[in-house]
Amino acid sequence: MIRVVLPAHLRALAKVQGELALECPDATQRAVLDALEARHPALRGTIRDPATGRRRAFVRFFACREDLSHLSPDDPLPDPVVRGEEPLLVVGAMAGG
Amino acid sequence: MGGVRVLVGTRKGAFVLTSDERRRDWEVAGPHFGGWETYHLKGSPADPDRIWAAPSGGWFGQVIQRSEDGGRTWSPVGNDFRYDGVPGTHQWYDGTPHPWEFARVWHLEPSLTDPDTVYAGVEDAALFKTTDGGASWSELSGLRRHGSGPHWQPGAGGMCLHTVLLHPTDEQRLYTAISAAGAFRSDDGGGTWRAINKGLQSGGIPDPDAEVGHCVHNLAMHPDRPDVLFMQKHWDVMRSDDAGESWHEISGDLPTDFGFPIDVHAHEPDTVYVVPITSDSHHYPPDGRLRVYRSRTGGGEWEPLTSGLPQENCYVNVLRDAMAVDRLDDCGVYVGTTGGQVYCSPDGGDSWAPIVRDLPAVLSVEVQTLP
Repeated sequence: MIRVVLPAHLRALAKVQGELALECPDATQRAVLDALEARHPALRGTIRDPATGRRRAFVRFFACREDLSHLSPDDPLPDPVVRGEEPLLVVGAMAGG
Repeated sequence: MGGVRVLVGTRKGAFVLTSDERRRDWEVAGPHFGGWETYHLKGSPADPDRIWAAPSGGWFGQVIQRSEDGGRTWSPVGNDFRYDGVPGTHQWYDGTPHPWEFARVWHLEPSLTDPDTVYAGVEDAALFKTTDGGASWSELSGLRRHGSGPHWQPGAGGMCLHTVLLHPTDEQRLYTAISAAGAFRSDDGGGTWRAINKGLQSGGIPDPDAEVGHCVHNLAMHPDRPDVLFMQKHWDVMRSDDAGESWHEISGDLPTDFGFPIDVHAHEPDTVYVVPITSDSHHYPPDGRLRVYRSRTGGGEWEPLTSGLPQENCYVNVLRDAMAVDRLDDCGVYVGTTGGQVYCSPDGGDSWAPIVRDLPAVLSVEVQTLP
């Protein structure tokens, strides 16, 4: 199981509280986001652009104190995330002045 | 006993204001979608408890929310606004080609007869439609593929399709307005379009007969007289008596003819309301006085409406979708300001009172008249 932490706006949109635990066929960003959107269709288009599939500009991915935002969505996630010891954090970037 | 439900979109969410037909005491509910910029929300004329909202934001993009209980609870529906085919380019501010890119929904216009059908005007300018209750949205690309499309340029607020008017009886006829392209009409349900901008004069456009390039801010129509259209342009208040085939100016004795919203009295097709704003570089009312102007003659002659509106030190704006009228016997008029006030006049504009004073900046106001 992959643990995922969403920002408050997206938890409200998906009508969930706290962390999510997702069963994913692969331990990659893409697989996790595919599973997340399949379970919570309301999140489609809010993390990734629906046309291009690319991460939205002001959304970032962190895990194990590292910024994973610029890695390939098909790169393997860090082992502690795969083992469920650490969550994948979806973060609304601090921006706006 | 009847009443009204006022739907307010703000920079930080949506609010629902309800009152009985006296419109003196109000219940305020919200914020819904707190933190999301809600450019517009509007109820279905065919099913008034069904309300559509368009929250968006720089972080998480566009979502569409739908309520089935008059705005008490909401559920997200489809939000995939994908241009039809290869989007192509329009002109950028500097005149260079710029790819069409979806930014946000500016305006939602529910069908007059089908609760599952809604039109969405978006930035970059295009018109979308759902016929399945919001599950999916398809572009009516005949508008964007109008021959002038590659020459459209954004206004200062972006290249937005902000106005959609539906003919009250002819489902094939609809109007849109785009900043800064102009007004367009379809007579085949949105399949094909033509520019309806003859008579518009826009300073800075050297060609007085330019088909497009006009910064139309808002259009209004009375359902009893659907061939008469009123327009607040960037500068100039305009009127057409032939469904947009030609326009003539009705600014008359207004203190300034710059402004954003325009609307028509619910029961008097020749009574029109505008909110004059000092200029395009000021975006606040002249002399620090918020005055709604009313013409009872279809334009040309205007009277200031001031009772209950701030008449000193007022430097707010009223944006293009932030004025509405209800359909009670004594027509109510509503304006929302960038200062977070929503004012109601229960007597056609003669007197005003604030419903709320401290909301986030108001982007849109719509009213539902309840049975």
